[in-house]
Amino acid sequence: MSTFVLLTITGLGLGAMYFLIASGLSLIYGLMGVLNFAHGAFITVGSYGTWWTSEHVFGGVHSTLLRFLLSALLGLAFGGIFAALVELVLIRPLYARHIEQVLVTVGLQLAFVALVTGIWGPDAKTFVVPVWLHATTDVGGAHIPNDRWIEIAAAAAVLALLQLFLRKTRYGLIIRAGVENRAMVQALGIDVRKAFTLVFAIGGIAAAIAGVLSGVYFNVVAPDQGTSLLIFAFIVVVIGGLGSIGGSALAAVVVGLTQQYTNYYGSAGVGDMIVVLLLALVLLARPRGFAGAVTGARA
Amino acid sequence: MSAVATRTLLSVRDLHVYLGQSHVLQGVSFDVPEGGVTALLGRNGVGKTTTLRAILGLVDRRGSVTLGDEELTALQTHRIVRRSVGYVPEDRDVFAGLTVAENLRLAERDQEPRYDLVYDIFPELERRARQRAGTLSGGQQQMVAIARALLNDNRVLLVDEPTKGLAPALVSEVARVLERLAELATVLLVEQNLGVVRHLARDAIVLDQGRVVHMGDAHELLAQPELVRRLLSVGAA
Repeated sequence: MSTFVLLTITGLGLGAMYFLIASGLSLIYGLMGVLNFAHGAFITVGSYGTWWTSEHVFGGVHSTLLRFLLSALLGLAFGGIFAALVELVLIRPLYARHIEQVLVTVGLQLAFVALVTGIWGPDAKTFVVPVWLHATTDVGGAHIPNDRWIEIAAAAAVLALLQLFLRKTRYGLIIRAGVENRAMVQALGIDVRKAFTLVFAIGGIAAAIAGVLSGVYFNVVAPDQGTSLLIFAFIVVVIGGLGSIGGSALAAVVVGLTQQYTNYYGSAGVGDMIVVLLLALVLLARPRGFAGAVTGARA
Repeated sequence: MSAVATRTLLSVRDLHVYLGQSHVLQGVSFDVPEGGVTALLGRNGVGKTTTLRAILGLVDRRGSVTLGDEELTALQTHRIVRRSVGYVPEDRDVFAGLTVAENLRLAERDQEPRYDLVYDIFPELERRARQRAGTLSGGQQQMVAIARALLNDNRVLLVDEPTKGLAPALVSEVARVLERLAELATVLLVEQNLGVVRHLARDAIVLDQGRVVHMGDAHELLAQPELVRRLLSVGAA
């Protein structure tokens, strides 16, 4: 029983990170029709931004908790700014040119990993985090690492804030409408490009949170960490339904738990294969995923 | 083009549009006089909807579109619309996942959107404010589409087949609303129902295979069944 509890909480923690990455990917595709393969770079900016500022800016801060929080805040800001710049400089000139967008975002992802490796080397960097995060809490006889709670809480907070933003603000209204029919939003006199930049920035911040939390989860940050997380986040987006935040949240939980259970009760590595099988089954049964929009993004 | 001399509000010159390999608009030119309804007619697929979308910049186009004295061609769609150009699209294009109230809120452009006018003309929309637009009937969705244009003070309204797919009783109601719209703004109307055109339009422009083949008084055109049959392939209604 204690093993099952541990696997469940750890699976939810992993799902939380997938959701943080997938939420931005899903909104970006839903609104703009852009498959952003450079999203992994946003994760890396968040994790390396946090690590670098922790080492070089806030190294003198005595409290580990304060040092971590300040560094993480800057890491998130870097993620958001970097994502907005990517949209403005690389994506905006290529709207409606989907092949070129894929090439540019894949190229940026590869180049960014190479750049980070070139500057800081291929070795993983140790993350300085409060000791409490690596301690455990007993639940039903299972020793749950405390960072799992933070990952789950962060994802739940991001989900709640995104829903609040989408339901209660004018930009949220524009984004929801734009996911259905971008051209009609423009035909109402709305500059939908501002919403594009905003969605990229939000996606960048959420991915940067995932970057910071992946540093805590794995104890280290590495140049290609974002790439491996991105693959499963894409699977989550497709299973959840492109453009649906709620669908992504549900799919992230399903994928995270499935991976954990099958890796333990089957054998190591089986979980990844089962997730791909799950993707195929969902696509066969529900081609638009759990909650995909019927209309999808339109030019 | 009209018997009554009026100032030109919207001018289209040598408009060309390519959609894929297809040369859909092949040098369309016409003027829309200020006030009243000008009908844009033609058989299916001759480029009427594409003309409206080209005026709005929703498709890539070459040529010139001027509103009053201002050239619109270089402007992006949202900037054209903010020059007081309203649009009621074919097939309504309401946002199905948004409520009626959210659809209207999204369309607000002016400091004081005209909700009084909208709810005076369409009281049903006020009652259904919290209903998702995707669950409305075709006629109710058309109300939302027209109401979005009514909310703001427009100089010109581009209205694309507003009676398409509606029951005859609703067609009469939409025609009455269009009559009211025409009191508030100049209307360029794409419409297949020649009864509605006869009732509303002062001028008519006929397209065929991406070109303007006739311009003139709408009633004079519709009074010539042979010409109507030749240009529109239908009997005069």
